[in-house]
Amino acid sequence: MRNAISALGYCKVVLSCEPQVIAQANAIILPGVGAFAECAHNLRERHLDEILGEVVLKRGTPMLGICVGMQLLADFSEEGGRHAGLGWIPGAVRRFELPKEYAVPHVGWNEVRPMRREHLFSNLSESPNFYFDHSYHFQCAPEHVLAHCEYGLSVVAAVQRNNIFGVQFHPEKSQNNGLKLFRAFLNAVGSC
Amino acid sequence: MLKKRIIATLVVRQGIVVQSIGFRTYLPVGRPEIAIEFLNDWGVDEIVLLDISATVEFRGPDMAMVERVAKRCRVPLLVGGGIRTLAHARELVHSGADKVAFNQASLQTPDLLTQVANVLGNQCVVGAIDGLRTTSGYKVYDYVLGQTTSQDPTDLAQAMVRLGCGEIFIQSVDRDGSHQGFDLPLIQAVREGVDVPVICCGGAGGAAHFVEVFEGTDVHAASAANIFHYTEHSVTVAKAALLRAGVFVRNDARANYLENLLGKNGRLEKKTDQALEEMLFVRIEKEVI
Repeated sequence: MRNAISALGYCKVVLSCEPQVIAQANAIILPGVGAFAECAHNLRERHLDEILGEVVLKRGTPMLGICVGMQLLADFSEEGGRHAGLGWIPGAVRRFELPKEYAVPHVGWNEVRPMRREHLFSNLSESPNFYFDHSYHFQCAPEHVLAHCEYGLSVVAAVQRNNIFGVQFHPEKSQNNGLKLFRAFLNAVGSC
Repeated sequence: MLKKRIIATLVVRQGIVVQSIGFRTYLPVGRPEIAIEFLNDWGVDEIVLLDISATVEFRGPDMAMVERVAKRCRVPLLVGGGIRTLAHARELVHSGADKVAFNQASLQTPDLLTQVANVLGNQCVVGAIDGLRTTSGYKVYDYVLGQTTSQDPTDLAQAMVRLGCGEIFIQSVDRDGSHQGFDLPLIQAVREGVDVPVICCGGAGGAAHFVEVFEGTDVHAASAANIFHYTEHSVTVAKAALLRAGVFVRNDARANYLENLLGKNGRLEKKTDQALEEMLFVRIEKEVI
């Protein structure tokens, strides 16, 4: 993650769980590694949900959630029991229920179809390839969906609500397309 | 639509990438970070890094190596070898690995798989199986002991999925380094036995073998080690051959070889003189992101 942003030439990339550091950021990326419950628990235990709320919701600092980081934006997830998320984008995270020929998890490169290009997809083609790896997917109102992809059903691939962005795929693992998306996000800082 | 993945496997022994033949003979290739940089530029879909000396030397994964390699890797990285505790798996993910692989040895501590899956998610845990063709059907091979066990690879795959694996990596021991093509019956048996994605490995000798495995089985991803090391742009050429055969793969590299002539075995042939003549005047600007 950090390797990818640094490759774009940004030198002030800080990996941190310190509230003071987060409060000073111009943009925030919330990567998600692991299970939803574990991530949500860690956020709350370190009181990061409060500081993120202050910075992102009140001050309007742009934030990009990746994979579980995007799912955390939902009201709740059904991964390993029902667990509450941040609730910033109304919606639920549920397990895939797909016909037998579709393997779960959804792993691999899939074509993403952006609904609108502004901000995140501004310098990408109409159906760029991105790398996905997830068993649970985000279900939310159509007005918050920024892009989707096909995997047995129309899967929400990216969401946006004002200055809050989320992508289900992994831009840091999607070669040049991922770098372009990061560049677009960081270029949008200050304009959204 | 989800694309089939072409994966490069790097077998690392004592810190250097080696060419493995039949799990017995190892020829040195070079430093892993250099190999990763090339494979990345050629547009491979995923990279598997297997450290085969970790378990044998009774040590944990080489975190420093994973960190060096991850710095240059812009595709998903699966790391295997020597992972014995949850702390190992966690540290690997912090060093830049996206998934961790466990082999049959992990079944001695089945809780470990479940624990890692609960903390890091199922998508992060890959079950690696070494399958060997014997006179009494396919059996699991234990590379640490160098012995064939009595277990059926499909049964092992199902057991691993029950414990929390989100993906299965099936490797054919007898095809390893043979260039004879993938072991289709083994792969299809494992594929039909589980619901999670399956990666096959062992035996690819050229682009034609990739076409064969995707046409002959429903496997989700195919991997090769040796052929990718010795030929420039081999990943892209394999993908061009697959696209021609109607298999859906990602081919985003600028030099995508879609216009090139491919020989019988999927090998690249010289372009026509006229095409070469025209290429003299094409200027390709470096893409700025």
